[in-house]
Amino acid sequence: MADDIRVAIRTDADVVTARQEARTMGASLGFTSTDLTLLATAISEVARNITTYAGMGQVALRVVRQGAREGIEVVASDDGPGIADVELAMRDGYTTGNGLGLGLPGTRRLVDDFELATEPGVGTTIRLVKWTRA
Amino acid sequence: MAVPILKQGPFLIASIQAALTDTDVIRLQDDVMVQVGRFRSRGIVVDVTALDVMDSFVSRSLRGIAHMTRLRGAETVIVGIQPEVAFAMVQLGMNFEDVHTALDLEEGLAFLQHQLKGESDPGGG
Repeated sequence: MADDIRVAIRTDADVVTARQEARTMGASLGFTSTDLTLLATAISEVARNITTYAGMGQVALRVVRQGAREGIEVVASDDGPGIADVELAMRDGYTTGNGLGLGLPGTRRLVDDFELATEPGVGTTIRLVKWTRA
Repeated sequence: MAVPILKQGPFLIASIQAALTDTDVIRLQDDVMVQVGRFRSRGIVVDVTALDVMDSFVSRSLRGIAHMTRLRGAETVIVGIQPEVAFAMVQLGMNFEDVHTALDLEEGLAFLQHQLKGESDPGGG
């Protein structure tokens, strides 16, 4: 059983490390190549949100089980500025950074579960789960 | 890690060797723009075969290269997008419609040669 993995996110190189750790973990659970890529891309998006908006934070990865199925849970958290308007942030095409605004709504489409908790001035936590296919 | 850029006749070939950090991507953008001017290149192939992830930042930056080089008179073709990566890009909602793409390096060079030939032909026929 894989241990929990925490990757501190401070630089853009850490973003690459986080998604490579997830790939290794997912491969050991038997994720398909496509699902590994979807998960790695989702992690890249949430980890980049940390470097872009919060400066630093962390990505925690762990194996989760629900009945017979297994998955990888990703929790990306930071103590950054938070998101003032979540509804707006989840809308395709909206961005306050220099992106296209695909990050969060796009990320939600790449994974099975997506939860966002944020408080302005306190920080943001995004929890994702990608399940193995039955 | 810097992306090597090779000159081949009127074209440049940028072969991405490993996962790119954001810094690498921005450097690639700058390097391609400088070399297009230096070598008076007419086309660029960016080979992304080695990329296992093309997230919104990388996709946007490659699209930026295509748009910027076009303003300098050179067409860019992105080649080697892996099937899983293509799937993820579509799910993510990346719009790549205004960027030329080809299956691999060979197809990309053939496309550029065709473009160049089309320009130099006197037309009619």
